[in-house]
Amino acid sequence: MIRYHYTGDGIGGFGRFAAGQPPAFLLGLHRSMLRIRRIEEEIERRYHEDQMKTPIHLVIGQEATSVGCCAALGDTDLLYSSHRTHGTYLAKGGDLKAMLCELHCRANGCAGSRGGSMHLIDKGVGLAGTSAVVGGAVPIATGAALAAWMKQEDRVIVVFLGDATTEEGVTSESLNFAALKRLPIVFFCENNFYSVQSPLETRQPPRELHKWAAAHEMPAVLIDGVNVLAAFEATRTAVARAKAGEGPSFIEARVYRFRAHAGAGDDSRTGYRDEAERQQWERVCPVRLFEAYLVEAGLLNATAIDALEHEIAEEIADAFAYALESPNPTEADLYRHVYAE
Amino acid sequence: MPWDEGLVASLVYDRPDPSEGRILSYVQAINEALVLALEHDPSVFVMGQGVDDPSAMFGTTRGLQQRFGPARVFDTPLSEESMMGVAAGAAMNGMRPVYMHNRPDFVLLAANQLITHASKVHFMDNGQTTVPMVVWAAIGRGWGSGAQHSQSIQGILLGVPGLKIVMPSTPHDAKGLLLSAILDNNPVCVFEHRWLMRKDGIVPEGFYRVPLGRGICRRTGRDVTIVGASHAIELGMQAALLLAAEGIEAEVIDLRTIKPLDEGIILESLKKTGRIVAVDTAWMKGGVCAEIGCLAAEKGYADLKAPVARVGLPDIPAPAGYTLEQIYYPDAARIASAARALVRWDAAPAGPG
Ligand SMILES: Cc1ncc(C[n+]2csc(CCOP(=O)(O)OP(=O)(O)O)c2C)c(N)n1
Repeated sequence: MIRYHYTGDGIGGFGRFAAGQPPAFLLGLHRSMLRIRRIEEEIERRYHEDQMKTPIHLVIGQEATSVGCCAALGDTDLLYSSHRTHGTYLAKGGDLKAMLCELHCRANGCAGSRGGSMHLIDKGVGLAGTSAVVGGAVPIATGAALAAWMKQEDRVIVVFLGDATTEEGVTSESLNFAALKRLPIVFFCENNFYSVQSPLETRQPPRELHKWAAAHEMPAVLIDGVNVLAAFEATRTAVARAKAGEGPSFIEARVYRFRAHAGAGDDSRTGYRDEAERQQWERVCPVRLFEAYLVEAGLLNATAIDALEHEIAEEIADAFAYALESPNPTEADLYRHVYAE
Repeated sequence: MPWDEGLVASLVYDRPDPSEGRILSYVQAINEALVLALEHDPSVFVMGQGVDDPSAMFGTTRGLQQRFGPARVFDTPLSEESMMGVAAGAAMNGMRPVYMHNRPDFVLLAANQLITHASKVHFMDNGQTTVPMVVWAAIGRGWGSGAQHSQSIQGILLGVPGLKIVMPSTPHDAKGLLLSAILDNNPVCVFEHRWLMRKDGIVPEGFYRVPLGRGICRRTGRDVTIVGASHAIELGMQAALLLAAEGIEAEVIDLRTIKPLDEGIILESLKKTGRIVAVDTAWMKGGVCAEIGCLAAEKGYADLKAPVARVGLPDIPAPAGYTLEQIYYPDAARIASAARALVRWDAAPAGPG
């Protein structure tokens, strides 16, 4: 039984947002999504080798939200996220080698091997922090927005959260405070309908998450989360509002993760969700759907895609090789940075 | 108006000698520290439930909003967890928040953000981010405060790496330690005690810092060491007077900061006296008293002439009613009696008590 149907417009949904966008921009979005997909697949393929001793939460199927959102952000805009970090990290411009070193528990990982997959960070590009406690990053991002507001900085803070994160009290508290102070923040909710293996319907009464958010007195929109341009457009609107001093916004993007909550492979066959449900969403795979749209629009062809695949594959192979050759931390590293000077 | 105002007002403390310097009340000292910090650094701000109301957080925040504006001194929603995260997030982005609570009990709602986020971020991202924030709260005692408005939670937090915990006992230290805490680049909990708030003391003008992590000897003595912080030191000093009348000279060590713990000052005193009474405003189990006892056993074993004694709260929640409170809370006499038993230990090997 399919519980959660795809309700977007599929390939027909791009046209209205694409008008006037330069081809290079559209191709860049495609490249970024494809790159994330291939990186995730390679992590997944090698996971059983046990060189990456870290819990992974793959974003395969959810690439459009990170990429579309980050395309609307500048380098000084900050992004905070949950345990599911790979997409936001890469879309924001996080360094691939530093990420893979972190996954391989190497000294030169982006968090010096103290964070692992759930705590990717690249402050140079504004990937400012993550939390593996559901809801943990939400008030911290709100505090970052308070700091930006107090210092009158021209920046917006975005925090990614899952559907289950709306059930944490701290999320309501944070929306309330952000609205109260009109903080420059965007709450970007990826609703993939499941918290680990628990469906939304066993966790919340029948209602729409964006309507719940709207009750906190902020604009809250529902978008098709497989549509990278919809994610871009919604973020752009929210960012403009925040930068104009009009306060926070909430975006609910309906997405689907094609893999298990954590680890490699899908676990639908365990019975918590119907394989037919996943297959239905796979038919609107965000990467392939947009690719098909670009091909239809004459912006991409098979040769160009091949070249792109090749280039990405090379980058990934290089980065993995680099990670595997990188040094392990030493005992002295353990004692560093418990306290700041 | 805080409900225990009448009780706190009735407490009697010795007036300090005005020839020694300027006299300020405990509350004024805290207020002055906040004013100085807000003046000194534009990234400092003060938040908390009611910091702008007529009670002004026991008076400690009086006048701050008028002086520094509602952007830098503001009331918060009743959202302890989120507000702790907001403070952490602001601290991670260049601000120095001082988040004030009436009682430590309410900090527990924010344990996730305090313990699992603020205290861990610097380590987790390999030193890339600092979290300079102060969490301030005043421990209650008496007048029905009971199990949910008088908890001393420092013992619960003692084992959290990345966190510092400060517990002043004098107006001088309340000001100097708070300034150090605000300027520190780590999350620092400052636990004040309601009963100290009517105490006056000599408080130097202007900006000064009392260093974190270093204790001070309040009274020297050769027979027994009484060590702890906050209001327990107030009682410890009173106990030392009782003991002196009997010819027992107690040394009183005020830790000022219980995390990081000044092990050196404890061990040095123990070397001299050979006897140690660990005192605290909290439960004896698993807290400051236990840690001091463990330190003595681990690193001061050769100096011990008697077992370690602890005087803190029994393993029981605080009762609300007057009679039970009197039984529950330790006083100077109880500290003195524990110290006396240690001094007489050689004569009575059966044990203290
Ligand atoms: C406070 C807390 N409770 C439970 C967990 C275990 N847990 C990790 S991820 C997760 C699911 C969260 O779902 P959602 O917020 O929708 O994000 P998604 O994983 O779907 O991206 C759970 C329950 C946790 N990490 N933190």
